[in-house]
Amino acid sequence: MSDLALGEALLAARLLALAPVQLGGICLRGGGPAREVVLEALRGHLADVPWRRLPLGIDDESLLGGIDVAASLRARSPVVRRGLLAGAAGGVIVAPMAERLREHVAGCLAQVLDGAGAFALVLLDDGANDERPPAALLDRMAFDIDLSAVAALDHTPPPATAIPFDAVATDEAALSALAGTSVALGIESLRPVLCALAAARAHAALHGRTALAEDDLQAAARLVLAPRATRLPASEEPPAEQAPADTPGDATDEPILGDQPPQDLVLAAALAAIPPDLLARLSSGTARRAGSGGSAGRKTRSRLRGRPLGARAGMPRGGARLALVDTLRAAVPWQGLRRTEADDNARIVVHKADLRVRRFEQRAGAVTVFCVDASGSAAAARLGEAKGAIQLMLAQAYVERSEVALIALRGAGAEVLLPPTRSLTRARRELAALPGGGGTPLAAGIHAAHALAEAVAARGRTPFCVFLTDGKANVDANGSPGRSAATADAEAAARALARSACAAVVVDIAPHPGAEARKLAETMHARYLPLPLADARALERAVTAARRAPASA
Amino acid sequence: MARFPFSAIVAQHEMKLALLIAAVDPAIGGVMVFGDRGTGKSTAARALAALLPPITMVDGCRYGCQPDERGTCPDPCTSAKSRRAPVPFVDLPLGATEDRVIGALDLERALRHGEKAFEPGLLAKAHRGFLYIDEINLLEDHLVDLLLDVAASGESTVEREGLSVRHRARFVLIGSGNPEEGELRPQLLDRFGLSVEVRTPEDIDTRVAIMRRCAAQERDPDAFAEEWHAEDEKVLRRIARGQKLVAKLAVPDGILEDAARLCQAVRADGLRGELTLMRAARGLAALEGSRTGRRAHMVRVAPMALRHRLRRDVLDETGSAARIERAVDELFG
Repeated sequence: MSDLALGEALLAARLLALAPVQLGGICLRGGGPAREVVLEALRGHLADVPWRRLPLGIDDESLLGGIDVAASLRARSPVVRRGLLAGAAGGVIVAPMAERLREHVAGCLAQVLDGAGAFALVLLDDGANDERPPAALLDRMAFDIDLSAVAALDHTPPPATAIPFDAVATDEAALSALAGTSVALGIESLRPVLCALAAARAHAALHGRTALAEDDLQAAARLVLAPRATRLPASEEPPAEQAPADTPGDATDEPILGDQPPQDLVLAAALAAIPPDLLARLSSGTARRAGSGGSAGRKTRSRLRGRPLGARAGMPRGGARLALVDTLRAAVPWQGLRRTEADDNARIVVHKADLRVRRFEQRAGAVTVFCVDASGSAAAARLGEAKGAIQLMLAQAYVERSEVALIALRGAGAEVLLPPTRSLTRARRELAALPGGGGTPLAAGIHAAHALAEAVAARGRTPFCVFLTDGKANVDANGSPGRSAATADAEAAARALARSACAAVVVDIAPHPGAEARKLAETMHARYLPLPLADARALERAVTAARRAPASA
Repeated sequence: MARFPFSAIVAQHEMKLALLIAAVDPAIGGVMVFGDRGTGKSTAARALAALLPPITMVDGCRYGCQPDERGTCPDPCTSAKSRRAPVPFVDLPLGATEDRVIGALDLERALRHGEKAFEPGLLAKAHRGFLYIDEINLLEDHLVDLLLDVAASGESTVEREGLSVRHRARFVLIGSGNPEEGELRPQLLDRFGLSVEVRTPEDIDTRVAIMRRCAAQERDPDAFAEEWHAEDEKVLRRIARGQKLVAKLAVPDGILEDAARLCQAVRADGLRGELTLMRAARGLAALEGSRTGRRAHMVRVAPMALRHRLRRDVLDETGSAARIERAVDELFG
């Protein structure tokens, strides 16, 4: 089964070699040795063009070109260095660890791809889970192939004699088949559709055809459109739903589809290539909107690594890196004066005051973790308030680049209902239905909040926990009912949270604020906030105020 | 490579209209385009820049001086010759440093001659043209602020590294972004003159039309440009006529009153809303060759002039455009 992915990747590599500019590039996800095989094949196809590797932490000068300071100092005259982008013109740029590409670098690459498209881009994506290369780049390249499940490496591509890409003509039927398929699959961006057309033409060229055949369109749908599907066709008959179980290769000559119009065939080919787990994710409504938007999580992650800002005066120590160019910039205007003073004609005289250090952007936004007691009769109202407050906070999130998460306590345990997110759209969708009821597993809730807070802190952000509870625990850490054990467990959990020094606030939502919640807050070293009649707005205001001044608790 | 012709862009009428109004009256203060990737935002902006007739500037001037402004830039430029150049279109890369945007000390001249000279940045390059910023919502706030300042004043003032430079930088600022990936602060949003929302075309015919034209353009850019040349010329004539008309175009008091009432009805914060609404109505009237601004003009530009100035209520999901239309219906319907 999985070797098919390798076959597809090798096919994509051959197509890319035929029309590198039109197709933009290929993203290879995971795969280790299989990826090497594909890269090797692509190198074979594109042997006579320059190949450049994009270092992860590349700076502007190396990327776009500029003055080489070291060489300039040596030569005593400015030495201009060609940037990597210029050096790769007409060739291939390979970007390892593409899921960590900085936005800025991705932006520069995207600009060049948009322009004359002077190179083909190969992204090597080693991301785990949700980490993906910047959406701006994925949107501009034809192929996005997951090799992580490839088992066997032996694959012999069928022989083919290619004709030039330009010799292949397009026709109306092909256009409408691809356009219809893209609409049916919910692909919003038009770039992939244009890429699919180019891929179909490349496929035809590979097989020596000057006109597009059914096979070409199906290959394009499979390789380009299928990985970007965000939905399945609204009124699709059952066979299509089962199609993913088939192998992509089989779909092309399925007899049932024989006398259907081309668009349906193309769509069927795309559907067959959609990975089975996408179906599951689509049905649970959590599928990522591939190719367009929905990338708030990724963006935030890459932001954490810090984007270089300007430089400021300072000594290069304590982790601060010397900003050579800026140091020289600061020193240069004084050279005439200093040379006379020091009677030194030979060297550039750099004073301590000229030293500049690099600054990196630390947009380590705050993550507010709401932990809501959804037990008892007031559960629905409380969850509603928390939901409203979360949406209000998210609406403000762009100010501080902060994120919000939600944990609900209900029944026997705690459940993370909304993982940390910045997207209002996503929060709305996932908060739509929140059932409540059951006991109050406070200990489990505090544990869950603690674990989430630590995960957040490990990713370089500042967690802030908000507990909406009356403090009356009645389910212990193991999920069994019993007030005394539950209270003891909750206290232990609260003490553990206090030790982690995570800022927190306990919002007492009991109709008559009582001692339990106050005690919980004290144990937790958290602020105590009685708010019996909170509505969403009051809650949002209170939490924001508490977060801004957690030290004064 | 020939650019995609402006008139060959399929659908996206509101975005095209906003860009044309900005071309007629650059003082409108920039256009913000909200929308998904791959909806032709940058294509439209580039196409408009390419459509406009070449500008004449002093030969070798780094600040793009007009011939009658010779010697007024910081250099100052001295050449007696002038040359024609295409309308500048600067695509600001995400994460561009302040140095690249506003300019910095010219390192080359500093190293070679030990002299303090200013190397103009992208703002100077964009003078008399367009400055396009994709994903402006991800740009640092202070840079957005700076850009809006310069766009509004038409002048860039640099005071840093011992340099003190002031140069002209009149351009149409076009920002684009997808609100799902993070939003722009309301204070910054308010400073944009117009804002439009672009959606990806969902019907197959429109998509086919786009694919057909893109394929044709790619196959033979020159022939494609030739095919659309007449249409582009028409657009160009409309802009030229509009630019001539807009200066002396009068907007009757009644329309101004209507504009004020509309702003009040939708509770658009601040006076910028009314001013922009009036300006945009005038721009549209000029674009259509009308000698006076009419209410119909004002109503048509109301969504793009006010959409981004409404106070947001997160718990109310009604879109801004719908609220404006409702208010228009109630007031003038």
